[in-house]
Amino acid sequence: MLLLILTATFNRVQAQDTTDLMSQLEKEAGNKEQVNYISSAFKTTRLINGHTIENVAKGVLDVKISHRFGTIGGSEGGAYNLFGLDNATMRMGFDYGISRFLMVGIGRSTYKKTYDAFFKLKLLRQSTGKRNMPITLSYIPTIALKTSPKPPADQKNYFSSKFSFTHQLIIGRKFSEGTTLQIMPSFIHNNLADFSGDPNNLFAVGFGGRQKLTKRVSINIEYYYQLSGHKLEEKTDPLTGAITRNASINSLSVGFDIETGGHVFQLHFTNSRAMNESGFISESTDEWSKGHILFGFNISRVFTIGKSK
Amino acid sequence: MKRIFFLLWMSIAFMHVAKAQIFFTKNGMISFFSKSPLENISAVNNQVVSVINTTTGEIKFSVIIKGFLFKKALMQEHFNENYMESDKYPKATLNGTITDISKVDFSKDGDYAVNMDGDLVVHGVTKKITTPAVIAVRAGKFAATSSFMVLLADYNISIPKIVENNISKSIEIKVNCNFEPKS
Repeated sequence: MLLLILTATFNRVQAQDTTDLMSQLEKEAGNKEQVNYISSAFKTTRLINGHTIENVAKGVLDVKISHRFGTIGGSEGGAYNLFGLDNATMRMGFDYGISRFLMVGIGRSTYKKTYDAFFKLKLLRQSTGKRNMPITLSYIPTIALKTSPKPPADQKNYFSSKFSFTHQLIIGRKFSEGTTLQIMPSFIHNNLADFSGDPNNLFAVGFGGRQKLTKRVSINIEYYYQLSGHKLEEKTDPLTGAITRNASINSLSVGFDIETGGHVFQLHFTNSRAMNESGFISESTDEWSKGHILFGFNISRVFTIGKSK
Repeated sequence: MKRIFFLLWMSIAFMHVAKAQIFFTKNGMISFFSKSPLENISAVNNQVVSVINTTTGEIKFSVIIKGFLFKKALMQEHFNENYMESDKYPKATLNGTITDISKVDFSKDGDYAVNMDGDLVVHGVTKKITTPAVIAVRAGKFAATSSFMVLLADYNISIPKIVENNISKSIEIKVNCNFEPKS
């Protein structure tokens, strides 16, 4: 009888074996996955106006249609102008993922009839596991070509005068499933400044982040702080004294990302009209405090056209 | 009486030595397929870990959810972020028994139809499943294949109205694992 019980327990030990082997195999499989890169830090590659640390995946084309309407308050806004909806500037953009680390994009906006092109290079990827990397770091050089005439009409403009260049670093970290924050030091070089006395080189630092409200909706904030001495100042006509350009104001935007399967809708309020880097960082002139807030949206639709592997 | 017990003990002990065998795989395959009016969704995972005790019929599976690879990157992202919540529930497991394992002669090549009963844990929800399977014995090793349907609602995976027509409510899961003996 005793022997029987003994053997039965022995058999149970045997059963335990499968569990042991299982946990051993699982551990091996877990070790094989050496570096765990974070994913889904943001819903799309743009926060509101500017970039996030996200890239489009390899072989994926992201078509972006963005609009900024007129100001809700002020002379452009009010009920008569349907709170700015009568006016709109738009940008259409096409972004494509060349590899996991590199995406390229082109765009055209009605704001100063600007063409822009950029590439976005992921230098570091936030990860845990074998390689522990606390942040994601991206480098984004952008070139913009303003084809509308520069303000002083009597000035001789070369083709090269129409270019501005922006270099951005984005340092971002996904803190939790719902929270991601990033810092965006930015440098802008205008080949030709709009007015005499304007600096050609402008520095700004952006701050932004998102907080998910539900699985598919997040609230985003984006703010670009222009360093002192790097703001474009108010310009007046020397003869009439009329203001020809308002002083630049730091860009502040608040918005929502709404993801619906293949689309991401971004609805936001901002004081920037331009949708290219040099424009919204250094040329925003509307002030939140005066009610000069613009409603806008970006729609992103992705198409898988290349091979993902 | 004593003699009977002794014989019983001998037979159990002997069975234990002769037949108790553990088989395993580290790179089994599980794929799933969702057919809907708007699009078909499929993904494959080649990192399935599984263990079978061929004496008792005990069978265990463990699948890393992030190991499912899709053709479309965005599908994969949504699968992990919105539906399976892979950061919260990184694994799916199955703990079960092949109820008629005795039908299988592991020393003789051939295809044996068997039945499996078990607890499937997906997205943090445990559900009993029963499915037929085939064990194909070839030269001391064997392959196990099975396919069964699961309802997303059973595992608390909700589909938003807006993509209702893109995702099927029931998903076909296919299992194909090649087991080798544990040395």
